Amino acid sequence: MIRIRGLSKKLGGKQVLDGLDLDIPTGITLVIMGRSGTGKSVLLKHIIGLMHADAGTIQVDDQFMTGVSEHELNEVRKRFGMLFQGGALFDSMTVGENIALPLREHTRLSDAEIRARVTERLAWVGLTGVEEMKPASLSGGMRKRVGLARAIAMDPAFILYDEPTTGLDPIMSDVINRLIRSLQARIGVTSIVVTHDLHSAWHVGDRLALLHDGKVVFTGTPSEAKETADPRVRQFIEGTSEGPITV
Amino acid sequence: MSESSRPFAFLRGPALEGVAEVGRIALLVGATVRQMGRGLRSVRLVVEQMHSIGVQSLVLVLIVSLFTGAVAAVQAAYQFSTVVPLKYIGSVILRSVIIELGPVLTALIIGGRVGASIAAELGTMRVTEQIDALEAMAINPVRYLVVPRVVAAVIMLPILVMIANAVAIFGGYVVAITSIGVTTHTYVMGLKDFFYMKDLLSGIIKAVFFGGIIGWMGCYHGFRTEGGAEGVGIATTRAVVSSCVLVLISDYVLANVLFRFIFPAQ
Repeated sequence: MIRIRGLSKKLGGKQVLDGLDLDIPTGITLVIMGRSGTGKSVLLKHIIGLMHADAGTIQVDDQFMTGVSEHELNEVRKRFGMLFQGGALFDSMTVGENIALPLREHTRLSDAEIRARVTERLAWVGLTGVEEMKPASLSGGMRKRVGLARAIAMDPAFILYDEPTTGLDPIMSDVINRLIRSLQARIGVTSIVVTHDLHSAWHVGDRLALLHDGKVVFTGTPSEAKETADPRVRQFIEGTSEGPITV
Repeated sequence: MSESSRPFAFLRGPALEGVAEVGRIALLVGATVRQMGRGLRSVRLVVEQMHSIGVQSLVLVLIVSLFTGAVAAVQAAYQFSTVVPLKYIGSVILRSVIIELGPVLTALIIGGRVGASIAAELGTMRVTEQIDALEAMAINPVRYLVVPRVVAAVIMLPILVMIANAVAIFGGYVVAITSIGVTTHTYVMGLKDFFYMKDLLSGIIKAVFFGGIIGWMGCYHGFRTEGGAEGVGIATTRAVVSSCVLVLISDYVLANVLFRFIFPAQ
C-alpha cells in the first residue's frame, strides 16, 4: 500500500503538486492521467524519492519515503522498479550489462546466475539474443522493453511506468500494454502508470486517477470513469478543449 | 534605501550565486569523500576511467610536451645570448619544465579534453534520466560516477605530468643539439647539476591537486546540466573554463605554499 498525504511541490514558481492525497492499494495497476505538465512524472519521482516534497508525506507499507536518511530511502527503493520515458538505458553498457547492474550492486548472485536472470527477464519482455547489443542500436520499442526488463530484474514489489507508450506506434504500444498486464499477473506487482494515452489507460488500469491543478480530482475504476458526471473527467476522456480544464 | 544609494546592488545577485556555487561544489567534494570507501571497491570502474583519462590522453600530452620543451630551448637560447653561457640551457629547461610548464600545461590540456568529456557524458546522462535511473536503482551516483572519475584523474595526472616532463626535456635536447649548437654532454651536465628532487616533487604535488580539480569540475557541471543538447554544451564549456581557471589560481596558491613553507629556498 502506498499512502500519499498532503504532497506539495513548487517548481520554477509554479505550484505543481498542491496538497495531493492518494492511496494505491497493493497488487493493483493504478493509471495516473492528466494533461501534459500537470505533475504526473513529478509525482512518480516523489514516490521513488528522486524529488523531495516541500510538504506532505509518502508512506510505502510501513516505511516513510519523506524525511528519512539516504540509506533508509535506498532500502525502500530496492523494492521498486521504474521504467523511464526514454528508457534511460546506460549508453556505455550493453543491454545485458544494463539489466545486470542492479543485480551486481545489490545481490550476491554469481555471474552465471546473473546471466540466467538477464536472459529470463529479456524473455519475459519478448526479447532474445540482444544481451550484447548497445542501447544506441535498439528501436524505441526495444529500448522500452529493455528498460522494463531492467526494472523487473530485482523482483520488485512496485513498478513505476513513466509514459510507457509515448513515442511508440500503436502496435508497439499494445505490446507494452500487454506486457504491463502480463507482469502484473506473473509477479503480482503494484503498478503505477503515468500516461495521457487513454487507450493504454483503459487497457492496463485497474483504477484510474486524474491529476488536475496539483490534486487528484478523481479516482475510480475504468467503468466508473466512463460513467462519471465529473466534467473534468468527461472533458479529458472526450478529449475536448472546451470545459473546466483550460489550456 | 533606494537603488541609487546602493551603487553595487547589482552585484548582490551574482555574489550570492557565486557563494551558492562554492557551497554546492563543497557539498559534492564532501559527498565524494564520504563515498570514497565504497566507491573504491569498484576497481573496474576506476581502471576504466584511468584508461579514458590517462591512456587516451597520452598522444595529446606527448605532442604538446615535445613542442613545449622545444620552444623552451629556443626561448632560453634567445634570452641567454651574450648574457648567460649556453651550458646552463639544460638546467633552465629542466627546472622550468618540472616545476611549472609540465604540470600546468598538462593540466590545461587534460582540463580541456577530460573535463569536457566528463561533463558531456554526465550531462547527457542527466538529461536522459540515466542518473535518475541509477538513484531509482538505489545506486548512489556520486559513488558510481564521481568517485571513479576523481580518483582516476588524481592518479593519472601526476603520471601524465612525469611523462610530459621527460618528453619536454627530450624536446629541448633535440633543439639544443640540432639548432643551438649545445653538445649532448653539456646539456646532460646542465640537467644533472641543477636537478633537485623537491622541484620534481612540487610538480607532482601540483598535478595531484590539478587532477582533483579537473575531475570534480567535470562531474559537478555534468551533474548540474539542465535542458537538452544546449544544456550539455553549456555544462561542457563551464567545466573546461572553470577547470582551467581553477588550475591557474591553485597553481599560484600552491607555488606560494610549496616554495615558501614546504620546500623553502636554502
